[in-house]
Amino acid sequence: MRRIGVFVCSCGLNIAGRVDVQKVTDAAAGIPGVVHSENYKYMCSEPGQNLIADAIRQKRLDGLVVAACSPAMHELTFRSAAKLAGLNPYMVQMANIREHCSWVHRDEEQATAKATDIVRAAVEKVRRDQPLEPTRIPLTKKALVIGGGIAGMQSALDIADAGYDVVLVEKDATIGGRMAQLSETFPTLDCASCILTPKMAEVARHPRIQLAMCSRVTQVAGYVGNFTVQITQAPTYVDWEKCIGCMDCQERCPSRLPSEFDRGLGKRKAIGVDFPQAVPNRPVIKADHCLYLQKGRCGICEKICPVEAVDFQQQEKVWEEEVGAIIVATGFDVLGAEAFAEYGYGQYPDVIDSLAYERLNSSSGPTEGVIRRPSDGEIPKEVVFIQCAGSRDPDKGKAYCSKICCMYTAKHATLYRHKVPDGQAYIFYMDIRAGGKGYEEFVQRAVEQDGALYLRGRVSRVYEEDGKIVVKGVDTLAGENIEIAADLVVLASAVTPRTGARELAQVLKVPADQDGFYNEAHPKLRPVETVTAGVYLAGAVAGPRDIPEAVANASGAAAKVAVLFSNDELENEPLIAAVDESKCSGCLWCVPVCPFDAIEEKELIERVGSKEVTRPVATVNAGLCQGCGACSVACRDGAMNLKGFTNEQILAEVEALCLMTGSPE
Amino acid sequence: MTARESARCLGISLEELEDWQCCGAVFPLATDAIINLASPFRTLASAHQAGADLVTLCSGCLNVLRRTNKLVAADAEIRKKLEDFVEMKYAGERKVFHLLEVLRDETGFDQLQKKVVHPLDDVTVAPYYGCLLLRPAEDMAFDHPDKPVIMGEFLRALGAKPVSYPFQTECCGSYLSVSSVDSTRQAASAVLKSAQAAGAQWLVTSCPTCLYNLELAAESLDEPPRLVYFTQLLAHALGVDAYLEENGALAKNVMPEVN
Repeated sequence: MRRIGVFVCSCGLNIAGRVDVQKVTDAAAGIPGVVHSENYKYMCSEPGQNLIADAIRQKRLDGLVVAACSPAMHELTFRSAAKLAGLNPYMVQMANIREHCSWVHRDEEQATAKATDIVRAAVEKVRRDQPLEPTRIPLTKKALVIGGGIAGMQSALDIADAGYDVVLVEKDATIGGRMAQLSETFPTLDCASCILTPKMAEVARHPRIQLAMCSRVTQVAGYVGNFTVQITQAPTYVDWEKCIGCMDCQERCPSRLPSEFDRGLGKRKAIGVDFPQAVPNRPVIKADHCLYLQKGRCGICEKICPVEAVDFQQQEKVWEEEVGAIIVATGFDVLGAEAFAEYGYGQYPDVIDSLAYERLNSSSGPTEGVIRRPSDGEIPKEVVFIQCAGSRDPDKGKAYCSKICCMYTAKHATLYRHKVPDGQAYIFYMDIRAGGKGYEEFVQRAVEQDGALYLRGRVSRVYEEDGKIVVKGVDTLAGENIEIAADLVVLASAVTPRTGARELAQVLKVPADQDGFYNEAHPKLRPVETVTAGVYLAGAVAGPRDIPEAVANASGAAAKVAVLFSNDELENEPLIAAVDESKCSGCLWCVPVCPFDAIEEKELIERVGSKEVTRPVATVNAGLCQGCGACSVACRDGAMNLKGFTNEQILAEVEALCLMTGSPE
Repeated sequence: MTARESARCLGISLEELEDWQCCGAVFPLATDAIINLASPFRTLASAHQAGADLVTLCSGCLNVLRRTNKLVAADAEIRKKLEDFVEMKYAGERKVFHLLEVLRDETGFDQLQKKVVHPLDDVTVAPYYGCLLLRPAEDMAFDHPDKPVIMGEFLRALGAKPVSYPFQTECCGSYLSVSSVDSTRQAASAVLKSAQAAGAQWLVTSCPTCLYNLELAAESLDEPPRLVYFTQLLAHALGVDAYLEENGALAKNVMPEVN
């Protein structure tokens, strides 16, 4: 006979405001097998946990029901408390009388009755609980970081500094990401390159960081501690081992194309680097624009290369890496031209997006930092900035705030006034969101010292007239329609996940939200983890982030990885599926229903009489199984059981609920 | 007449709906203004009874009818009320087209081009869309709400030179011509000036309200673009205007002289 204790939590008024906690406690005391029941205001607090520990010791409890909140909230808390008091943690069952009861009901009497029923069901489950021990699995102490922007670099550096090897996969030919495109950074106006490029060099130099450039993660198999990752590297057509980075090839290449890095404002060569401070400082050939690769002519780079590094025959390379943890830091894109027909973006050269404006500001950009408009190279005297271009606009499919635009637009207006003292910046905005240290002050400076004219309202149309870009909008504070004949228009386009982020999410088995940003395991308490154990998030992959936030995030994710790697073996949750081989008929219906590919076929050798026969049965991979229970539902033979949630236990719970003994009628 | 004769010439048979009435002119935005839907509902139901889809020559009618059609197909409660009130059964079975769409999707602009006997040789024409043809984009699903192309393609098929100008999708002022003539004059003038600046000799519209407002605004402008209805251009290019004139159906001054 079990000796079960029931602990009912008031959760302040969260539960007690609707459920008569004392009545539930009294009713629990009457359930057979319950030898102790009590309630407390905050069971999760230290005094609350001590109550539980004391009762376990004094009443020799061997099963616990904690009637409180959702197991997602505090199951771990109470399991740990039980373990400290000497009880097997899997003998603890949460009875959720908050989310499932007090929060969703109005009538106190009925809510109390329902809470009692929920407790009764939990007691029936605990009565059938068995102590479980976690299995132990080895782990590979090497991390994979996807994305070489500021977040990915920070994660890689932190993990590497902690003494673990890192593979950093970057799709482009240089690390640095979006930050490498920026001129200055808010709210301090320190130059992005000055703080970024040394970090890029540090990443490249670090003996524990292995760079995989021009590469993508194409397959992921395995589980926390033991991932097998397939990396696909696009051909660069230059042997980087041989190349000495003299860039003679870039100098002599006759084929020019618009530079993607400069947002199409400048030109680059078909062979070369994205920008002079690129790391690694090695050229790649853009195959679509290479005269040799397209037409079989030219080949100048191959001829002049002093070390014979150009290799037109280079092929895509695919290899595998074994890693124990994965950090996703794929960053962001901005909404493209197709979304902004009313602003003439993509139609008029002098309507640009904020990243293009960063390139105009950058001293290594196409205008060497002089603000010149793209159409004729004139210095614009009137510039209109349009905030929330696509953001906070459900009609464009982006209901969210892109968070960084208020700040960088204030920065753009400030820098503009510094560079064009007789110029005027106008900013159309919805609200100014400057939450952050020194942020509000920065915006105020833009207004008071640098003459930015903020106009609260939306822009309806942008069109060209007499060489000017006419912006029609409304100032809702003055209640007036406004028309500005501007020289340059800058759109603060909505931040979106990187192209391909959704596909990568599928490869990683990480859920993403409706906008394509990856979901955190818990938005507040587990912001750098995902629901897939061993996969972490850093930076804008999970939502719009500014640099400090992305860096803090990245270090947080790295710390999680370091904690993981501080173990020599991993404890695996024992709540996984188990096959009763004597019942299993080998139909293997469970294999296709398993979302984690954790079930395989196995040959079972049995002795029947004097003969040895083999038959197929299902077997569960303890490392891959996440305990979802889909297989136990699909199993026709009743051979598949989820430990801690056996069919017998679930039925006992249902039976207890069906009695509805707590019901007033 | 111009539309019907042109369509006949293109092998499309357009039948005038018997006992038709006004579409209601404005699609009500208040969700409980169901009575305003009775008129378009009756029109749709009559077309259904006659066993045909509906073609309109007017952007405003298209807007009201197409949105009403979508609404009654989706909302059983509103449909029931309308059916009871009008005493006709209809659940959105029919489609509503603008004649421009029929020309694009049924005839095809390349086929139309082959039928042209009086090409509008190199006349520069400003296509004017206004609002109701295109917006709300989700309901109308007509063309790109800010960068439409259908009229430009139509004009090109007739041999004219469409000009691009920024105000082609701006509002003409609509029914403000009833309550605030100055506002419409201002709005319509902006459209005309924009077309003028882009070098348009003519301006073509697909909505009588737009045409009315533009005509009003044109009075106070120096040498405004000539205003034509798209069916007039069509009839002229297809050579049916001669027929129409013979039969006394084409009023004077309807078709501007080609310079």
